[in-house]
Amino acid sequence: MASAASPASARRPAKLAADLGVTALLSLAIFGTMVGLRTETIPGGLELQPQWTSALALAAVAVVGRLVLHLTVWSRPEGAPPLLPMGVRARVEQAATGTGKVFGPALLVFALLLPFLPFTDRYILDLSILVLTYVMLGWGLNIVVGLAGLLDLGYVAFYAVGAYSYALLAMHFGWSFWLCLPLAGILAAFWGIILGFPVLRLRGDYLAIVTLAFGEIIRIVLLNWYWFTGGPDGISGIPRPSFFGIPFDRGEGGFADTFGLDFSSMHRIIFLYFLILALALLTNFVTMRLRRLPIGRAWEALREDEIACRSLGLNTTSVKLTAFATGAMFGGFAGAFFATRQGFISPESFTFIESALILAIVVLGGMGSQIGVVIASVALIGGFEVFREAEDFRMLIFGVAMVLIMIWRPRGLIATREPSIFLREKKSVSGALVAQGEGH
Amino acid sequence: MNAQPLLAVSDVETFYGRIQALRGVSMEVRQGEIVTLIGANGAGKSTLMMTICGSPQARTGRIVYDGQDITALPTHQIMHMGIAQSPEGRRIFGRMTVMENLMIGASVADPGHFDADIERAFTLFPRLKDRREQRGGTLSGGEQQMLAIARALMARPRLLLLDEPSLGLAPLVVKQIFGAIRELNQTDGLTVFLVEQNAYHALKLAHRGYVMVNGKITMSGTGTELLAREEIRAAYLEGGAH
Repeated sequence: MASAASPASARRPAKLAADLGVTALLSLAIFGTMVGLRTETIPGGLELQPQWTSALALAAVAVVGRLVLHLTVWSRPEGAPPLLPMGVRARVEQAATGTGKVFGPALLVFALLLPFLPFTDRYILDLSILVLTYVMLGWGLNIVVGLAGLLDLGYVAFYAVGAYSYALLAMHFGWSFWLCLPLAGILAAFWGIILGFPVLRLRGDYLAIVTLAFGEIIRIVLLNWYWFTGGPDGISGIPRPSFFGIPFDRGEGGFADTFGLDFSSMHRIIFLYFLILALALLTNFVTMRLRRLPIGRAWEALREDEIACRSLGLNTTSVKLTAFATGAMFGGFAGAFFATRQGFISPESFTFIESALILAIVVLGGMGSQIGVVIASVALIGGFEVFREAEDFRMLIFGVAMVLIMIWRPRGLIATREPSIFLREKKSVSGALVAQGEGH
Repeated sequence: MNAQPLLAVSDVETFYGRIQALRGVSMEVRQGEIVTLIGANGAGKSTLMMTICGSPQARTGRIVYDGQDITALPTHQIMHMGIAQSPEGRRIFGRMTVMENLMIGASVADPGHFDADIERAFTLFPRLKDRREQRGGTLSGGEQQMLAIARALMARPRLLLLDEPSLGLAPLVVKQIFGAIRELNQTDGLTVFLVEQNAYHALKLAHRGYVMVNGKITMSGTGTELLAREEIRAAYLEGGAH
């Protein structure tokens, strides 16, 4: 989007036409290949099926949209008052922070009541479990990326370690979920430290590449270590969780029987829902606590300035390793949950796109913001479901939404950061003062 | 004064890869002194300060602090021994509040002193108290420098290392900062090692000074002595005395 240079040129017809021509060419190049050509499975292979009308329609939308922007927003004279008066903007911000205080607890109450609401069916509950899994993963990754500022593109590796740990321990030793869960977390944390050591000296892009490679290494090892992990066949028949030893079975001794209820397959789903809710809340609680402790503050300081950290006597090695280990541990918990919920895992579930999705949730929500992760998970995972009908355009809509949000809210949906300590009472500081400064 | 200096640097050579930044530097800071190191851009002043902090470490020579050889210790250990640093460029934690910045500064100190130390920091720099819940990145340059010094003081150091505290600040603010350094030295007896390009102010403030050229100490003496030297006037003070 080359919008920056356009305002002045907008009023000259020739330049306008040239600009629209470029827009048309670019959008045709993009949509022509992405939408205009479609592969269909036919007996004996694939067939190209042109869909030129859709591609042309999308290109036309882009051209007309740009024309409208040229004639309205971009042709406004220099120094014209902003479309949204500052007063209104400030009031909106204030309202947002005001609702923020009740929004979290309200969301929690809603989450606790959800399984018992009249409109809740199996589908909604399954979807909610999926969303909560991503909330938990987002919160876990938020420790590494949002707090400690270490860009991790291979977070799914820890999810995988947790899932396989649970699956293998439960299958081979017959240990219960509640015993395997902490073990899966510990093993994932251990792998977090293993990843942490080689990347201690790396930052930013370099760190991102190594973590990306790490994620792929774990997946490829899982794929090829056939006798141990089952390779591409995965592991099936993973034990389902029991209600603290009471299985969700029909008949004698089952959950329904023990509590005198009619048997329903929903019991297990509701239990899984509360299980992931509890795990996610645990992640949130621990993160919020740690933020107020020296270690959490050290993570944030590391994100801000590593050299300053060292000059203040922080051991950046241990600060980084604890961040990796803590983040990985929650990824491991989530993985164990994933394994017990699905009953089947294979390396297919732990591809790079998962890492990217979790990272997108963190970035979209606003790095370091806990509630932002929730909103972003609901929006992304829920959004995928809503647009399931428009299957062909799902990724396109997703991409456009991401671009737009990053233009309007470059620091994520919730960009404000709650201070972790106050002197005596809280003193409210207006939004204009606490906005991100550039004074490094 | 003690016979043994608080900090003694002898024949230190430091390299960045194959480039030699310090060429056999020897200097010392005694208990209760303000010592300044002046020199042009790129002379190696900051390198010496960072070498004292162990990052990068000296390739040859010895650095002794309070009777202990710290030449090969990692930075975070050195910072636990009573040396604190306000690094070049201030390096405030921009998204964190003033209070949080100060808390991180107190990481190596006994938590029991925290309230008293915060009080002391706010007495020294009352501006910081007004801005305590504001983000570090939104402070002015002068306030950020005050915060950088206050943050270093939270570690309760015996030796405070200051790297170019006057950099990019208005003359009036420089005066304020230097006044605070003098006060710290006179009332608390804090030992200060000050790296500065602003030679005039630094030499007026300091008890003793060293001049560094191309990674070597070329002159040393008391502040007044150095200020009176013709070479110093010509090289560092022309037009700089304001």
